[in-house]
This record gives sequence, structure tokens and C-alpha cells, in this order.
Amino acid sequence: MNLMKVVESEFSVEKNLPKFSAGDTITVHYKIKEGNKERIQQFRGVVLQRRGTGINETFTVRKMSGNIGVERIFPIVSPFIEQIDINKYGRVRRSRIFYLRELTGKKARIQEKRF
Amino acid sequence: MPGLIGKKVGMTSVFNANGENIPCTVLEVGPCVVTQIKSKESDGYSAIQLAFDEKKEKSSSKAMVGHFKKANTTPKRKVVELRGFVKHWKVGDTITVDYFKNDIWLDVTAKSKGKGFQGVVKRYNFRGVNDATHGQHNRNRAPGSLGASSYPSRVFKGMRMAGRTGGKSVKLLNLEVVKILADKNLLMLKGAVPGATGSYVVVESPDRI
Repeated sequence: MNLMKVVESEFSVEKNLPKFSAGDTITVHYKIKEGNKERIQQFRGVVLQRRGTGINETFTVRKMSGNIGVERIFPIVSPFIEQIDINKYGRVRRSRIFYLRELTGKKARIQEKRF
Repeated sequence: MPGLIGKKVGMTSVFNANGENIPCTVLEVGPCVVTQIKSKESDGYSAIQLAFDEKKEKSSSKAMVGHFKKANTTPKRKVVELRGFVKHWKVGDTITVDYFKNDIWLDVTAKSKGKGFQGVVKRYNFRGVNDATHGQHNRNRAPGSLGASSYPSRVFKGMRMAGRTGGKSVKLLNLEVVKILADKNLLMLKGAVPGATGSYVVVESPDRI
């Protein structure tokens, strides 16, 4: 797999994204192309997981839109990600919190991390 | 068609200039050594024999060591004959992945992954019997009828049935070149390539238009 690392380093991009992990609430500012106009939209939700390594790393953000859950998967190296804000650090006990999908209301709360 | 021997390294995906995420296969292609030149006069056809991938001398037969010595090179694992080279290469020359630097599309031949003995659903994309009800039982992946009855009273040759699947040479045409990393002998093509990681492939530059 050594040669795969060569390819990854060739395509890796330096991005100054903040550190976040599963359980954190973040806002992703991402560019949307409409025809030839570009605008920035925000997607705020809880990070369910980070998966993959290097240029193949992605993260999943889940938000409740009304009472419908919406999940978006973003590649970390995506050129459309403009900025990521961290709104809350959550205390969770696992790195992939898929159990959150089944929970609603008060049960779906995540305890905030104290430093 | 003229080309080179390579090895599958793996798959990844990269973003292109338009921000599209492109699935890529990474191939280690070349350097290949020209080990023999076949000509119309001596062999009845013209072709170039290429060799790729180092091999220890002690694990090569003496005949092969002698053959590679003629080209002034070390033993190699994979030897392939290709036709249609325009440039006149000499025995002992090395061809690197730079050979493809002007190509936009390439063809790849490789041995697909062996699947063993498979039924017609996997092997030929038959649908099986679509219903689990309406009197059907145990027939979800069955091939159905093999033909008519008293005439012809036999099954036609070539009727598609279950059997060994995969493990055959497959050629894919017109794979887009994403990037060539010449210093590492790497070639990135858009999409998948048959075979497992580490298996040999033959990359050819087509002369189709």
C-alpha cells in the first residue's frame, strides 16, 4: 500500500479545518453552484462518524429538519467545504453514534463536554 | 496495440478541477524492458516482447535467465508480446509510463477475479423467477426454460447455464487517464479495472478514433 500513499500525498490538500469528532455539533459552510452562480449554504447538525483515511476520509452530519432526520456525508478534502464551525463538543462513548438515529426528543440529547 | 505491462495498486478517489469526485484505479506501469523483437522475416509477424516486474535469479529457470541476459537485463516475472509499436525499439530498451503522456484514453486488459462455480443469476444476470408466490417454490434463482420440446428435442449449443465464472481475461476500452506520476511509474485511470490488487494488467493505447 506504499504506492497508494504516494498517490494520496500527491492529491492531499492542506485545509485548516478544526478538530471534531462524533457527537460534536458543527456547522458546515459549503458552496452550492446554481447555474453559474455560487453561494454558500450552511448545514448544522451532529457528527455521526468520521470514516476513512487520507483523501478518502469523510464525515457524516445529521440534523433534524422539522421531524425528519437529514444526513449528509462530506468528504474532508471536498473543495466545496468553505468553513466548519464547531458549535458544541459532545461527550459520547463511541466513535460512531448511529444509535442517535433511533432516538428523538429528549433522548436524542448529547451531553456537552466539560474541559 | 502498443502498450505496457503494469500491476494493480489499488483504488481511491480524487477531486478534479470542476470539483467532481472521480473514482480512480492506481496502476504501477512499467518500466518494461524490450526482451525480444519479432519480425516478419524470422517469425512471420512483427511484435515486441516486453518484460516487467523484478524476479530473483535463483527462482528463475536457466532458460529464462539466458533469455533475459540477451536483452542485458535481470529476470522478470511477466512477459507479454504486443504489436503495433510505431517507434523502432531495440532489444534492451526500457519503456516507461511516460509512453502514455499524450494519451487521453487507454485500454486495459486484465484477468477478472475468479468467482468459482456460479448460477445463471450471477453469471449472466438472469433474473430468476421473479415471484416467490403464485405457486413458485425454490425457483428464485432458476434459469427457466432451456428451449422447446419435441422440436428440436435437444438443448442448443451455447445455451447459457451455470458454471465457472470470472478468472477470464477482460478488456476494458477507453478508460480516461486522470494523472500520470512518472517518477513513481504510476498511472491513474478513471473507474475500475478487472482483477485483484497486485495482479498484472496490460495497458494499451488504442489507435481507434
